[in-house]
Amino acid sequence: MSHSGNWEVVIGLEVHVQLATQSKIFSGTSTQTGDDPNRHASLIDLGMPGTLPVVNKEAIRNAVRFGLAVNADIARRSVFERKNYFYPDLPKGYQTTQLAEPIVGAGEVEIQLESGDKKLVRIHHAHLEEDAGKSLHEDFHGQTGIDLNRAGTPLIEIVSEPDMSSAEEAVAFARKLHSIVTSLGICDGDMSQGNMRFDVNISVRRPGEPLGTRTETKNLNSFRFMEKAIALEVARQIDVLEDGGEIVQETRLYNGETNTARSMRTKEDANDYRYFPCPDLLPVMVSEEDIQTLRDELPELPDARKARYIEQYQLSAYDADLLSGSIATARYFETAAEHGGDAKLAANWVMGELAAKLNAEDKDIADSPVSAEHLGELIQRLKDGTISSKIAKQVFEACWNGDGSPDRIIEAQGLKQMSDSGELEKIVDQVIADSPAQVEDYRNSDDAKRKKKIGFFVGQVMKATQGKANPQQVNQLLQQKL
Amino acid sequence: MAIDSKVVARAAHLARLRVDDSETAELSARLNDILGMVDQLQQADVDQVEPLAHPLEVSQPLRDDRVTEPDVRDKVLPLAPASEDGCFLVPRVIE
Repeated sequence: MSHSGNWEVVIGLEVHVQLATQSKIFSGTSTQTGDDPNRHASLIDLGMPGTLPVVNKEAIRNAVRFGLAVNADIARRSVFERKNYFYPDLPKGYQTTQLAEPIVGAGEVEIQLESGDKKLVRIHHAHLEEDAGKSLHEDFHGQTGIDLNRAGTPLIEIVSEPDMSSAEEAVAFARKLHSIVTSLGICDGDMSQGNMRFDVNISVRRPGEPLGTRTETKNLNSFRFMEKAIALEVARQIDVLEDGGEIVQETRLYNGETNTARSMRTKEDANDYRYFPCPDLLPVMVSEEDIQTLRDELPELPDARKARYIEQYQLSAYDADLLSGSIATARYFETAAEHGGDAKLAANWVMGELAAKLNAEDKDIADSPVSAEHLGELIQRLKDGTISSKIAKQVFEACWNGDGSPDRIIEAQGLKQMSDSGELEKIVDQVIADSPAQVEDYRNSDDAKRKKKIGFFVGQVMKATQGKANPQQVNQLLQQKL
Repeated sequence: MAIDSKVVARAAHLARLRVDDSETAELSARLNDILGMVDQLQQADVDQVEPLAHPLEVSQPLRDDRVTEPDVRDKVLPLAPASEDGCFLVPRVIE
């Protein structure tokens, strides 16, 4: 449906980030995932009477690390509260979270847009809380199975200001947060496992008008779905308003498989969560000294890494952005560049051949069959002239398919570039002898035309050598002999 | 704020309590009495008083990030009214 006139889109994000601690936020239970149901659900996680929570030091430290990374105020004193609601995957009947006094206050994150523009997105606050268990609706013949392994896993919920005005900006912000928390090492960042989950608040308005009624689309767990869900919801809201309708404040659930969304609950049904300070937990104090130590220990963050790539490796801003955005890509690139001794080549290979292959097979860079060390080795062989760039692609392919290290592949498949000029000379002579008509034509041409016509002979030599000849050397020899 | 039968019915719904229409009149009267007491509390001047999260002037001790809790599934699962394949079973919930 086409829309008339200008509409402004206003987007805010709430992001749940699972913290990569060994144990849960309020109990010494393992946070291990992928095991049988309820193997990591202790009496505390189950909400058994008589148990008491004790706060995990590392969860506090991780929240502070995040706050420092986004230039936020760190609360020296923060308070856990109970958010009361009734749901079977929340055995205590309340979620322990923070509301009035969160541990991370206002901060900001800079995002880079495709146009090259930069934009600041403000963080309203970030608070610590516990994750709920999982409700399994399949395979229990009409009943629901409850697995509490995830219950009590530490989360920070990051709440942005409504500073984004397009799906592109929202996704750029989400990616930047992903990059920050994975660079900090406080989250594994595996979105398919729900390590990071995004709720998107969306409203539209005519320019100059007050904010429109917003809806919340919950639990988006990929950047692609997020982009599509926003486009869908924005179009829906504009349709409703242009047809003279009203937007109902509601929570919506997006289905990525069908690219549709439906209303989950409206505000009328909204819970009154009856928040109050948790009597089982004392206020959490963070000392100046702790904050300073954590600040001193902060690892390199995405913005600094990008700047370093431009400075140290002379990469373009665009390349530096692509390579520094994800910590896994950054690690891979740096290892390949170090082993290969050529950052520019490493950058081209990581963003070119490797990215294409990973994309085609839907693989993560951390699971690349070609290790960063192997790519480095390949780059070395390219640089020292052992192989041509054409052969390099062949070696990469073989390495990807598990044929071993590039050196082994080059050796086993006899892919070394011909360095013996005597042997190459013979082939060049043969090609010249076999093509009298082309030789005649070449000799009768002027310099400009000769440059083009020599390509025929180069091609013949490369064919005869199965691509193993050094093209520069072939060119030189041909020019001498023709 | 005065509590009428409608508010009682809504609060009961949110709390998943079954309240008969015959009970709502008495319940709203009693709840209004409680609110009257709260109103009296509201008159106290607390402008100069910090909100209190906890009556003790101490802070939360923290524990190291180590796994210390054992697997208790085989003990707790049989306590539930129903379980299957390691999961607790509850009536079907679909949002």
